[in-house]
Amino acid sequence: MPEASSQLAVSLWRGGEDGRYQTYGVPRRDNQTVLDVVTYVQRHIDPTLSYRFACRVGMCGSCAMTVNGRPRWTCRTHVAKVARSDRLEIGPLENLPVIKDLATDMQPFFEKWQQAKGVFAPSATRRDAIAQIQPDSPARIAADAGIECINCGVCYAACDTVRWNADYLGPAALNRAWTLFNDARDAGNSARMAAVAASGGCHSCHSHQSCQEHCPLSLNPTASIAGLKRRTALAYLKGELKA
Amino acid sequence: MKTRALGPRGSTLWIAAMIHRLSGLALAIFLPVHFFVLSLAFHGGARLEGFLRWTDQPLVKLSEVGLVFLLTVHLLGGVRVLVIENFDWHDGQKQLAMLAASVSAVVAFVFLVRVF
Repeated sequence: MPEASSQLAVSLWRGGEDGRYQTYGVPRRDNQTVLDVVTYVQRHIDPTLSYRFACRVGMCGSCAMTVNGRPRWTCRTHVAKVARSDRLEIGPLENLPVIKDLATDMQPFFEKWQQAKGVFAPSATRRDAIAQIQPDSPARIAADAGIECINCGVCYAACDTVRWNADYLGPAALNRAWTLFNDARDAGNSARMAAVAASGGCHSCHSHQSCQEHCPLSLNPTASIAGLKRRTALAYLKGELKA
Repeated sequence: MKTRALGPRGSTLWIAAMIHRLSGLALAIFLPVHFFVLSLAFHGGARLEGFLRWTDQPLVKLSEVGLVFLLTVHLLGGVRVLVIENFDWHDGQKQLAMLAASVSAVVAFVFLVRVF
């Protein structure tokens, strides 16, 4: 490990909803990520610090936190990119209940995936032939555009509509619903259409595009939600969807 | 708890949405006043004429410039959102929002030049 060149002043959220920021000194190192900083505090300064991570390589989506006011995946965020004047402020994700310190309760986030019918509904059994999917078909291209979501919750934390409307399903759940809408193997679109068109569904989106702006994988949930708006409006005009 | 300042807010498109919402509110407040002024004609031309002369003041003219900007930016911003929601997705929304604001500023400036 290279020698520390300077000291970082790191403010970490401690406690629950009514907690406060507490500042720690952490040695600054080359190629240091924000997750490295949090881990340093827990292993060398205060072992009672609670936070969540798993893969450390940007795949599992569990380490998202608010870093200097912006929701980010901390394992792939270099300190050099975000620490101005050797200062970092790291808090739990916005728009989710705080369990303790940097760990939020993700239950509302995943419950909304369920509400949006973000679960694959098979149209065939294991005894049927494997479906032939054309990768260049418009539907598959639309599905592929949003399929790489890692459920990190960054878009949910960045969305003002989520903040304003507790019933809003949020960008991730609706993006997931859109990918399934365009999956030729899925048979759940009727129930999904009703779920995403209901109050708190796709039509609550204000197209701020904060989800796209903050998505660590550069996905565009706003585009997916716009697709849902078009599809549900058309279904309503055709009488396939009741008001 | 927590966050300070604007947090994830403050991006171009967030500001565009706020301008759209606030301009809509301002126009909603203006409209009843506008209809009230028009209704003055029902009570004889003199009252309406008197009010119209009052609007010749420079400060009122200047606020009309603001009104023209609000109307144009709300119209163009609304068209942008309608296109997002009813047609295939197109990237470059930030640029379109900036274009809407710029065109609105130009229209308001032309109005300003013509009115004085």
